Amino acid sequence: MRLLPLLSSVLVLALGSTAHAQTTLTIATVNNGDMVRMQGLTDDFTAENPDIQLQWVTLEENILRERVTTDIATKGGQFDVMTIGTYEVPIWAKNGWLLQLDNLGDAYDVDDLLPAIRGGLSADGKLYAAPFYGESSFIMYRTDLMDKAGLTMPDAPTWEFVADAARKMTDRSAEINGICLRGKAGWGENMAFLTAMSNSFGARWFDEAWKPQFDQPEWKNTLQFYVDLMKDAGPVGASSNGFNENLTLFQQGKCGMWIDATVAASFVTNAKESSVADKVGFALAPDTGMGKRGNWLWAWSLAVPAGSQKAEAAQKFISWATDKAYAELVASKEGWANVPPGTRTSLYENAEYQAAAPFAKMTLDSINAADPTAPTVKPVPYTGVQFVAIPEFAGMANTVGQLFSAALAGSTSVDDALAQAQQTADREMSAAGYY
Amino acid sequence: MATRQTHRLARLMMTPSVAALLLWMLVPLALTIWFSFQRYRLTNPAISGFAGFSNFSFFVTDPAFWPAILNTLLIAGGVLVLTAGLGIGLALMLDQPIFGQGIVRILMISPFFVMPPVAAVIWKHELMNPTWGVFASVSRFFGMEPVNWLGSFPLLSIILIVAWQWLPFATLILLTAMQSLSEEQKEAAEMDGANVFRRFWYIILPHLARAITVVILIQTIYLLGVYAEIQITTGGGPGFASTNLPFLIYNVGVLGGNIGAGAAGGLVAVVLANVVAIFLMRAVGRNLDA
Amino acid sequence: MARAVSMRRKLTMTVLVWVVALIMFFPILYTIITSLKTEGEAAAGFSMLPSFTFESYALVLDQQDYFRPFFNSVIISIGSTVLALLISIPAAWAMAFTPTPRTRDVLMWMLSTKMMPAAGVLVPMYLIFLNTGLLDTLLGLTIILTLVNLPIVVWMLYTYFKEIPVDILEAARMDGATLPKELVYVLLPMAVPGIASTLLLNVILAWNEAFWTLRLSTTNAAPLTAFIASFSSPQGQFLAKLSAASVLAILPILLLGWFSQKQLVRGLTFGAVK
Repeated sequence: MRLLPLLSSVLVLALGSTAHAQTTLTIATVNNGDMVRMQGLTDDFTAENPDIQLQWVTLEENILRERVTTDIATKGGQFDVMTIGTYEVPIWAKNGWLLQLDNLGDAYDVDDLLPAIRGGLSADGKLYAAPFYGESSFIMYRTDLMDKAGLTMPDAPTWEFVADAARKMTDRSAEINGICLRGKAGWGENMAFLTAMSNSFGARWFDEAWKPQFDQPEWKNTLQFYVDLMKDAGPVGASSNGFNENLTLFQQGKCGMWIDATVAASFVTNAKESSVADKVGFALAPDTGMGKRGNWLWAWSLAVPAGSQKAEAAQKFISWATDKAYAELVASKEGWANVPPGTRTSLYENAEYQAAAPFAKMTLDSINAADPTAPTVKPVPYTGVQFVAIPEFAGMANTVGQLFSAALAGSTSVDDALAQAQQTADREMSAAGYY
Repeated sequence: MATRQTHRLARLMMTPSVAALLLWMLVPLALTIWFSFQRYRLTNPAISGFAGFSNFSFFVTDPAFWPAILNTLLIAGGVLVLTAGLGIGLALMLDQPIFGQGIVRILMISPFFVMPPVAAVIWKHELMNPTWGVFASVSRFFGMEPVNWLGSFPLLSIILIVAWQWLPFATLILLTAMQSLSEEQKEAAEMDGANVFRRFWYIILPHLARAITVVILIQTIYLLGVYAEIQITTGGGPGFASTNLPFLIYNVGVLGGNIGAGAAGGLVAVVLANVVAIFLMRAVGRNLDA
Repeated sequence: MARAVSMRRKLTMTVLVWVVALIMFFPILYTIITSLKTEGEAAAGFSMLPSFTFESYALVLDQQDYFRPFFNSVIISIGSTVLALLISIPAAWAMAFTPTPRTRDVLMWMLSTKMMPAAGVLVPMYLIFLNTGLLDTLLGLTIILTLVNLPIVVWMLYTYFKEIPVDILEAARMDGATLPKELVYVLLPMAVPGIASTLLLNVILAWNEAFWTLRLSTTNAAPLTAFIASFSSPQGQFLAKLSAASVLAILPILLLGWFSQKQLVRGLTFGAVK
């Protein structure tokens, strides 16, 4: 097995002048804080690997996704390492587009990866992408406003409790909204939230025969509940709020509760950015007693295109960026609170991390509560919690997301939005040959 | 003899640009036609083969299709009306003797230099945001509820943003035309005792006909293709309220990965553009002659 | 008396026009102000008084290399402009001075090539660029920008050339000037304002083209449109940083526009003046 790399390095040595030839890795990544921090720390990697140079392409999430998808589908070879999510990995692996990560080095502790995350990045038991950070979603709430409303947040609340609390906390004259939720259209925006929420209401995207299920009462319950709640207790203009907008609202003390990505916890508890840093509590995403909670599972992960000429160097880099040592590196430079979360069991067993991140346990519990292989109450033919891991999903969910954001904005009724969603999904699925 | 030579030379001189544009038009057009008859999903190689007209029927039966056609025309029309109307107003103002004319002109034409994604970002985050945006602060100052611009008036918001970017262009063209109106003409009209409105209506406006035509023609080419502003601000929604044809094509062909249907949409857009062009040439084209 | 009236009128007009101009400029001004705020101030709502901190600029420049995309933008905008002018000056000259019945059709056809929506041909173009090795090269972006803007350039030059009085040409011809000489000594000097203004307009349009430049470049050729795309919606508080990145992306072209506005305006008629 080891013969080929050995042979090639002998060959390279024999060629003399090219012996120290530089390999330049082009890495595509999103402009989230943890990735930006990684860029700043690459000296550590290049010091260990002087023959490898790193070149970064940092792009906003939607443009990044478009760029890497176009490139890998056309075998463009523009990127040696790509940052992709749990949605892309199973689809691309099935297409044979990704390199199986089997050369991460002897020291790489693959069994330390959180089982739910590792499962989401594997196909047929083989790992095709290594998680850089992982997240679920949970409730962040204002402890002071909860007290004022005379309520106590349980660790695992129901939707009924959350809605009741949100309405009680709302004080529009003081610019306090009981709850802030995603409303901006997009499969990774409002549909991530709503699909996860619908799981807890017993809904599903497709039945076992891939027939869309938006005409079923479970979806009606989900959407009606969401629209009513946001009308009574949500902020103005919620239909254009995504993660960022809600984060800013929450940090400015304008939200009583916010259900969103677990990574937000470190932002809202950071006193430098957040005016409510010392008044934030955490709880699991709500349920309705049906056995599923409304939390999702996502991991930004590093993968290598199949057929890459630089596979060895690329895996070296991935190993560096996702192994335990990287967490220690970040901790030593910027403190444990800034370590990329949600990928490794060992991090959550680390006492220093638990002390620096009060939300650590709740994050871990949330991640463990999500199961991409059995996301819904009723049986489904697909995997994925807040998405359906089929190529057609992204386009379809974008359109459905538009319809649901119109329902939130009040420009269509819940019933019309669902009827149009059903029609949209139906024509997409039949055009793609599912039935 | 000389003229034939001249004509031959003229043809020779036109060859590079005609050839370049011919290539630029034909290659993408041929590819689009080819792909529009193919079953081609970017992320699903299992689907392939000849598609017949299914891509076309898929695209035109999209629930967003008719709203998108209408919105495309509304955006182009709305921006044209705003920029031409306000442009005349601004040009009239800039034509007056005032203090600091140079700086004023610089301030007024600046929006034209801002790249569309940046313009969209500025308007979305700093002006129209209903919580911390400038417009919201102004509303609160007057004791009114902040308006959720992008959620409640998505199409109007897009029109405003795009109009802001194109107003300087319209103003400049109209101003140059206005300044070419000879002083004698203006003075003669004043001597006749014509009031301001009559002067504007009977002297200035007819003189501007040609400039307005130019503004309409050039802007239409760009306005039918508005896309970055929509993607960044409203994402085409809520619902399909701000989805126009280029954005729908982008949604289907690029985000949805349905290359075949996207190509079919591209051809639909070419047809629409030609219909608009013919209509425009009929309506205002004669101003360009003579 | 008349003087006083016109003075008052001038003052009133001045105030009015300044107000309108400031409204037009306000979004840009406010972005500059926001870029000088801390993130906390930026998110706190309307205020024209920043704390004049440059920390957002420091952050932006620390996170992304600015100078390479800046130079890439400069090279592709100027390169494509020069290329477009080289191709279109002869064409526009020919159309303006030896018009045929088909001239207007050719012009209209050129404009119509701009009507193909880019999104419909993205993947085919990506494949072409990939297979010709033009992907992520400055040459590739220069070519595409040339083609995108060529119709406007031809049209603008054509309309300008058409206004050059033909008598002068004839006089030159009487003097026995040959065609190349006619072009270089007689026409070009008269055409310079039009060419200058076309050049400026095209540099602006090329600088601001954000569809193809973003999608056909990766690292080597990535211009400022890609630079701004790495900031357009990051996680966390972002308004001041986003404003700083925006200012950095538009400032060069804004300055160019300001300093050259006289030249830009002089030829920007598209035949609107008759």
